[in-house]
Amino acid sequence: MGRTLAEKVWEQHVVRRAEGEPDLLYIDLHLIHEVTSPQAFDGLRMAGRPIRRPELTIATEDHNVPTVLGPISDPVSRTQVETLRKNCAEFGVRLHPMGDAGQGVVHIIGPQFGLTQPGMTIVCGDSHTSTHGAFGGIAFGIGTSEVEHVLATQTLPAYRPKTMAIEVSGELPAGVTAKDLILAIIAKIGTGGGQGYIVEYRGEAIRKLSMEGRMTVCNMSIEAGARAGMIAPDETTFEYLKGRPHAPVGEDWDAAVEYWRSLSSDEDAVFDTVVEIDASALTPFVTWGTNPGQGAPLGSVVPAPEDTDDPAATTRALEYMGLTAGTPLREVAVDTVFVGSCTNGRIEDLRAAAEVLRGRQVVTRTLIVPGSMLVKLQAEQEGLHEVFKAAGAEWREAGCSMCLGMNPDTLSPGERSASTSNRNFEGRQGKGGRTHLVSPQVAAATAVTGKLTAPADLA
Amino acid sequence: MEAFTVHTGRAVPLRRSNVDTDQIIPAVWLKQVSRTGFEKGLFSAWREDPGFVLNDPAYAGASILVAGPDFGTGSSREHAVWALQQYGFRAVIAPRFADIFRNNSTKMGLLPVVLPAATVEALQAAAEADPTLEITVDLAERQVRWAGETAGFEIDDYTRWRLMEGLDDIGLTLRNADAIATYENGRQPWLPTTV
Ligand code: SF4
Repeated sequence: MGRTLAEKVWEQHVVRRAEGEPDLLYIDLHLIHEVTSPQAFDGLRMAGRPIRRPELTIATEDHNVPTVLGPISDPVSRTQVETLRKNCAEFGVRLHPMGDAGQGVVHIIGPQFGLTQPGMTIVCGDSHTSTHGAFGGIAFGIGTSEVEHVLATQTLPAYRPKTMAIEVSGELPAGVTAKDLILAIIAKIGTGGGQGYIVEYRGEAIRKLSMEGRMTVCNMSIEAGARAGMIAPDETTFEYLKGRPHAPVGEDWDAAVEYWRSLSSDEDAVFDTVVEIDASALTPFVTWGTNPGQGAPLGSVVPAPEDTDDPAATTRALEYMGLTAGTPLREVAVDTVFVGSCTNGRIEDLRAAAEVLRGRQVVTRTLIVPGSMLVKLQAEQEGLHEVFKAAGAEWREAGCSMCLGMNPDTLSPGERSASTSNRNFEGRQGKGGRTHLVSPQVAAATAVTGKLTAPADLA
Repeated sequence: MEAFTVHTGRAVPLRRSNVDTDQIIPAVWLKQVSRTGFEKGLFSAWREDPGFVLNDPAYAGASILVAGPDFGTGSSREHAVWALQQYGFRAVIAPRFADIFRNNSTKMGLLPVVLPAATVEALQAAAEADPTLEITVDLAERQVRWAGETAGFEIDDYTRWRLMEGLDDIGLTLRNADAIATYENGRQPWLPTTV
C-alpha cells in the first residue's frame, strides 16, 4: 500500500521503534524564543546536560519585543529577553536579538532563511510551528519539558498521529484568500476536528497558493486541533527555497530536489479521514466568537445560539463579544486594526493590505507590524511603508505584537479589533479585548470604513 | 516528575467547552523565567468574576478539575499545566483534550483523564450537588470512582508506566544515545545547520 507524505517523513526520522513504546523521532531543526525556553535551560543546567546539537537550534526574540524603537520598558519582559541572551551565549545557540537584521517572529524567520525545508522535522515551544509544514515537513508545537528534551537529545518520543486529507477542490474566487480558506475549514471541522491528526492540505486550490498562502493555511492547523498541517512540496516550494541562505546548493540541491519530489503522497495512499471543501464557493470569512471555529462569511449575520452546535458556548461568546444575534457582520464597528503575526505578517500580506490602503485613509487605530526585520526591509524597499503612513496607519518594528499582547501593543477592555492573527480567545489581545479574525485584505478595508468590510465593498 | 498512582480528592465542576490555555494562564503571566508562582495566574481573568466556580468556598482545596470538551486548546504553553498543579490540581477530567496540553500534562504528572461526555456531566452534577463528594482517580486500575459509581478510562501502557513510576523522559531517551548517534551518521548531507 502507498504511503502518505506524513508517513514518509515520519518513517525517515525514526531513531528507534519498540513494541508498546512511542517512536523516538529525530528532530532536524529546533526553534526557540524567549517565552517557553527559560525553564528548559534551567533544567539542563540542573542536570549538568549540554545541548546535543546547538547547530540545529536557532533562537529569536519576538513575543515580548516592543514594536517602537527603544529598549523594553517592562522590567519583567526585559528579564525574560535577557535570560534568553544569557542562555544562548552559555549553551552556544545562534540568536537573532532585537535590532538584528535577522530578528523576527520565530515562524517567519525559519522559512525566510531557507532553514525550513521539505521532509524535515521541526519543533518549537510554540503551537504555530505547524506553519513550517507548508514546505512538506512535519512541524509541531511542544511544551517546555519537550523543549528541554530536544535540547538534550535532539529527539522526541512520540506516537505517530493519524492522517487526515483536506481536499480543497476548485479555485479560490478573486478577493478570497488563504486566510478565508483556513477560517472556513476550521468553522467546518471545529476546533477539535483535527485532534490526533496530521492534516495534509491537497487539491487544486492548495497547489495554486503561493508559499506565503500555504504558510497561512498550515499556521492555523492547530486552531482546528491538528498536531501538524502539511502540503506536498512542488515547483512553488523549490522556487521559493532556491538561493536562500541555508538552502542546499550545487549537487546537494539536485539531490535534495529529487528526494523532495519523492515525498508526495502515493496515488494509492490511504488517509484515516478525508474532508472535502469547494474553494470556488468561498467568500471572505470572519470570526464572530471567542474561538477560531466560531466564524462565518462576512456577508452573513451573527448567529443565534440555537442555530449553532454548542448553544451555551455561543451565548457566552456573544456576551463576551458584545454582539447580538442577527446583526449583519458588515455592521460590526471596530476600534483597532492589526495586520501582522506569523499567520499574516509576510511580504505578500503587507502588499495586499497596502493595495487596499493606497490613496485611502484609515478611520481606526491601525497597526502594521511586519513579521520580521527582513520583511520590514523588503516592504520599505517597495515603498509600502509610505502607503501605510500616508493612509494614517502606524508602521512598526517586527515582532508578535498585538497577536498576543505580551508587549505594549494591546486592546483595552471592551475594545474591538479586526486582526490578521490566529486567535480570538477571550483576552488574547489584551484583557477584555474583542477580536475578529480576518484576512489582510479585509483588515485593510475595515480600517477604511471602521466596520468589518471587504475590499470589494469599497467604492 | 511527580508519580501518580491513585488520588482521592474533591472535584470542581467547570462547565465550559474549549477552555483554551490563554484562559488557563493569560499571557501576562508567561513573562516569568522561573517554574513556580503560576497558581496566582490560574484562570486569573475568570477569577475576577465572584461567581466563577473557583471562587466558591465550597470547592476550596479541591484537587480534580472536571471540565467540558476540548480542554487545553490553543497555545503550547506548559505554564498552563504548572498553574493547575501549583494551584493544587492532580488530575483533569474532560471528554476531550487538546493534543499538546495532554502531552504537557503527562510530562509533568498532571493526569488527563478522558471520559465520555455523559459521564463527565454526571460527575459535574454530582460535584455540584455535593461539593464534599470524594472522587478517586485510580491510574493503576484505569478507573474513576465516586459515590458507588465506576467509570473506566483508557491510557496507553507506556504513558501509564511512566506516570506511575514518575520517570523523567530525558533519562529514558539518553539510554538510547547509541541509536541517536547511529541515526545522525546517516542523515542527508544537505540538511541545514544554523551556523
Ligand atoms: S505571532 Fe502570535 S501566534 Fe505567532 S508566534 Fe507570535 S504570538 Fe505566537
